[in-house]
Formats: sequence, C-alpha cells, structure tokens
Amino acid sequence: MNNDIISPENLVYAKPELMNDTPMHYCAGCSHGVVHKLVAEVIAEMGMEEKAIGVSPVGCAVFAYRYIDIDWQEAPHGRAPALATGIKRLWPDRLVFTYQGDGDLACIGTAETIHSLNRGEHIAIIFINNAIYGMTGGQMAPTTLLGQKTATCPFGRVPELHGYPLNITELAARLEGTCYVSRQSVETVAAIHKAKKAIRKAFEASMKGLGSSLVEIVSTCNSGWKLTPVKANEWMQEHMFEKYPKGDLKDTTSL
Amino acid sequence: MEEKEIKLMKGNEAIAHAAIRCGADGYFGYPITPQSEIIETLALLKPWETTGMVVLQAESEVASINMLYGGAGAGKRVLTSSSSPGIALMQEGISYMAGAELPGVIVNVQRGGPGLGTIQPSQSDYNQATRGGGNGDYNVIVLAPNSVQEMADFVDLAFTLAFKYRNPAMILSDGVIGQMMEKVVLPPQKPRRTEAEILRECPWATTGRSKLRAPNIITSLELMPEVMEQKNLHLQAKYRQIKANETRCELTKCDDADYLVVAFGSAARIAEKSMEVARAHDIRLGLFRPITLWPFPEKELQNAAAGKKGILVAEINAGQMVQDVSLAVGGKIPVAHFGRLGGIVPDPEEIVNALKTKLIDNE
Amino acid sequence: MGKIVGAIVVNEERCKGCSLCVVACPKDVIALTDRKVNVNGYPFAIAARPDECIGCTACGIVCPDGCITVYRKKLE
Repeated sequence: MNNDIISPENLVYAKPELMNDTPMHYCAGCSHGVVHKLVAEVIAEMGMEEKAIGVSPVGCAVFAYRYIDIDWQEAPHGRAPALATGIKRLWPDRLVFTYQGDGDLACIGTAETIHSLNRGEHIAIIFINNAIYGMTGGQMAPTTLLGQKTATCPFGRVPELHGYPLNITELAARLEGTCYVSRQSVETVAAIHKAKKAIRKAFEASMKGLGSSLVEIVSTCNSGWKLTPVKANEWMQEHMFEKYPKGDLKDTTSL
Repeated sequence: MEEKEIKLMKGNEAIAHAAIRCGADGYFGYPITPQSEIIETLALLKPWETTGMVVLQAESEVASINMLYGGAGAGKRVLTSSSSPGIALMQEGISYMAGAELPGVIVNVQRGGPGLGTIQPSQSDYNQATRGGGNGDYNVIVLAPNSVQEMADFVDLAFTLAFKYRNPAMILSDGVIGQMMEKVVLPPQKPRRTEAEILRECPWATTGRSKLRAPNIITSLELMPEVMEQKNLHLQAKYRQIKANETRCELTKCDDADYLVVAFGSAARIAEKSMEVARAHDIRLGLFRPITLWPFPEKELQNAAAGKKGILVAEINAGQMVQDVSLAVGGKIPVAHFGRLGGIVPDPEEIVNALKTKLIDNE
Repeated sequence: MGKIVGAIVVNEERCKGCSLCVVACPKDVIALTDRKVNVNGYPFAIAARPDECIGCTACGIVCPDGCITVYRKKLE
C-alpha cells in the first residue's frame, strides 16, 4: 500500500529546498536544526532566495552558512548585528538577518545587539537561547538559570558569584527602535508553527522598513544539559519557560 | 582649460570630501580626538542626499569596523576612521577582514599612547599598522600622507588598492596632518558604482545569490588544518605580489647627499625643513620618504642609501620604522633613530642636531 | 468518508537517532532501530508500524535534521 502513497502528488512534508544535503554538525536533537528549517522555509515562501543575506555568529551556529543555500557572512563573536547594519544600510532592498546564540547576542555582543535594535535597523535577529555555551563545552551563559549547573558554575548559578540571568528580549521590547519582539520555542508541532509565524513576521517587518525585530527561540542543548533530546525538551518546558515566558512581547507592525 | 578647484581645509575635512567624491558607498565611525572632523564634515555635507553615500555614527569602534566588514563583504566601497585607541579596538575586525579578504579603508589619525595617552600627534602606531595589528599572519596596505593634499588623494588610492587585492588598506595619518589647514585640490566627483557594476567587480560578494551561482560565503573560518594552511599560503602569495607591485616612496635631494633622513607623514614634512637647515650648514642631507609603510620600499631605500655615510630615521615615536630601515640596509650603513614622545612634535633643528651627535660626530 | 493514509520516508544516513519524531508521532508509527546503526554510528528512525501512519507530518516538522519526508493520500 505504501508504494501507492509515496508519489509526488501525495507529498505533504519534506526538508526545505533551500536546506542543502550537507550533514549538519549539530548534536542529535538540537533545536538549531528545526530553526534552520524554519528560516529556510520562510525565505522561500517570501520568494527572497535571491535577496537574502544571512549573518552567522560565533558559537554552535557558526556554520549556519553551510546548510542554507543563500549568501552568508560569518561575523566576529557578537558582532553580527553590526555586520547586518552595514549590509542593510548599503543594500536596503535585501533581506538581512542575523542568527545568534545567547553568548554571542546577550554577552559579548550586547552592545551591538542593543544599539542595532535601538537604531531601528531594518533587520531581523534570530536569537537561540539555550542557557548554556554549547560550542565550547557547556559553560555558563548570560541566560543560564539560577541554580542551573554548567562547567563554569558546577555547583549551580548563584547571584552572589555569577550575577543574574539576563532577559535581553524583555530589554529589546522596551527599545523604541524595535517593532516586533517575540519569544517562541520549537519542541512541539504547535510551537514550531508559532515560531515560524514569528520569524515570518520579523522578516516581513524588516522588508517593509518598520524597524528592527528580535525573535528569541527558547531552545535546548541536550549535550550541555546532559539529558536526552526528549528529556531536554521536558526540562526546558519545566524550567526555562518560567524565566523566559513565551509569546509576543511587542508588536507594532500591524502585520 | 578647466580651472582647478582649490580649497583651504583641514586634513580631516579633506578625507571626508574625498570620500564622497571618490564614490564611496558608506562611512561608519565613532568620534575620537583628533579626527572627529571626518564624521562631522560628512554629517554636514549630507552625502546621502547627493551621491547616496551612507554615513552612520556607530556605538563603538568595534561596531564601526564590523559595519565595514558587513558592507565590504557585500561589495561596497566603505571606510571608517579613528585615532590610536579606537584603532586598537578595531584590530579584531581588521584581522577578520584580512582573513575573509575584504576590501575596506581605515583611516588612523594617530595620537600618542600607550593607553588613553594623549590627544597630541604621534606616529607610535607604525608597528601595529605595518605588522598586521591583530591576530594571525596578515598584512594591511598602509599609506602615509604628509599633506592635506595627500589626505585627499590617498582615499581613492586606498580604495583602488583595497579592491585590487581584496585586502584592507589603511591611511596612517596623525594629529598634525589631520588638524592642520592648507590648500588642497579636491578630486572631481565620481559617481558611485551601479548595482550592475558592483556585481561585475565583486562576483564574490554577498549581494544575494542569483540562480546562476553558488551561495557566496564571507568567512575567515576553516577548521581543516590542511585547508587553512593553503588559505594562509594564498594570503602570503598575495602579500608578496603587493610587495612586488605597490611600494611607493619619494626621494628629495638624495643623489648628492652624504646623509639621508628617512621619515614618513608629518615627520617627513619636518625633515624636509631639516634638510634645508642642514644644507645651510654644509651638511648634504637628502630625504627618503616612504609613502607605503607596508609594503615598505625596501629596494628603493637600498638603492638610495648606497654609498651614504649614515641614515637618521626621524619618527614621532620611540623607534619603530628604524627597524625596517635597518633591515633594508642590512648593517652596511650606520643607522640611528631620533624621536620625540608623548605628543611632542620635533622641530627641524632637533633633527639636524641628532644627525650631528648620533652620526656625524661618531665618524 | 474516505480514509486518510500516510507514509514516511526516512533519510537513514542523515538521521541521528534523537527520537524526537518517535515522541511526536500520534500513532506510534516510528521506532528507532535496535542494534542497527547507520554510517555515522547512529541508530535511526524507521516506520515500525507503517500501516498506522496518517501522514500528519508531525515527525517531519520536529525532525531537526530534515530527515523525514511525509506523504498523505485520501482513499476513496
């Protein structure tokens, strides 16, 4: 019976065309892959394959440019919004976005993040928040939760030693330059649909010149958290959403 | 014959005018003394209303250089400017641009250091500029103007070299040249390149992937050592080519000279007067002025120095270019250094006195 | 009313065996291989009970590596 079903006219889901066949270096079950697919789908659905310029960060997503077949620039650590500013100011009809993790965006690149958003650059920032440094082996991130154990706070994060987790998306929502600030996740089909809508809105707002957008994706790092992918999703739902509640924090786009 | 447009202005202002006139697409910068007139002049001239050139005050020098990275990576003619402490902050971005082979122009109107140092002029960033400055094996093309006219002329030259070799180019000026006013003939207004021209000139740039080509990726990253070594060897071959083709220097009265003073930028202007003073005292002194500091005009200096009794290197620093001069002449001729520090600009007599005490009296 | 039937095709070499699709499937169609691994050493997803598939695409959507293609057909 399967052979009847498996034919092009019955196709209902496949890897996005813009995503190539290069095997992704991400750990099994990593949220990055899902978000990559959404970015690839949104660019294609907007018909912007030939106008999109992505900026990849330093961190786990440094090689994002290997997987989505558009033009990319790889930025110094934290500087992606500055690169995107340069590109977008000089090519205003291009779709310019950054893809950054918590260390890149909310720690070393905080100034670039805040100021590009506050200037209202017509760019979209995709922010993967998994509360840990994945690439370097699981150290504390600016978004690491209180009590959460990492390689550099092995007994759990305490404010006296490590300061507090930074809710940078909330900050972004208060900036006059932002038109759309949203926090989503990608652990279920429903959540993924919402995340995709948010990315689409951010990209469209940038092309309509409405200001800057930030879409945070609360994500898992099952390797860094030392959990299975399935358990990591559960841990995220139980612990991350309390500190980083989902939903639109700001939307002045009327889109 | 068309009359030349002669203006009186500061070196910093000349940079701004020249940037607009040479068809630059964008300027990104952060104010710092003694070069803030560059961004101030651009803000007053509002080129976004005429040529369409973008001018943006960034949140830091770190952001400025990375806006430059983004713009250059997208094929645009972009420049930034700063002074020594700000240029130090830009080293990360310059290294990345060199690694990713991006053309961009960086203007350094030097002030004294180390640290916050002083706002007075200095040439103490010579080593930083000519040795790469950031991490990794790389070089930046370095041009040293000695007049307001050269401040204006070198902007287009720097862009031309930067795009010819896909490499960052620096105009290494200082507070003297940046702040002083003199007459200048500004270059004629060139149009900015059209989109079609950019695509033709920069097929490597991230302008949006057309169906006709694979995605363009701008990156300095490569984790495979074998591939990374090849990438480095490619860069080294490019630097050898630049060394072979692009050295520039100016020789004044070197032919009949017994002694040479080697100086660049503002120090070369002072040394020009020193030459007159020396000759008035029957010391036949010639001036060798490197215009490209990297590549250093090594062969030209070897030729000019042949048979001379000694070389005095006059710099507004503790002795940096003197190392390149010594390497060039290879111990065949006595080489001495004279410099003032802390923002003090030497006067012509001091240089002549140094020539006497360090070289002539020792013979 | 026609019956909806579905089928999945897994890119076995690309699969990393994270099992997020196994959890996402509402019909318990998917399982990971037992003792069989792909070229990268991962156990991989297979349609263990293919007849139950309704082509809902949940497995494909949650798969981080885009390994699953989904087909759906309405039987008259």
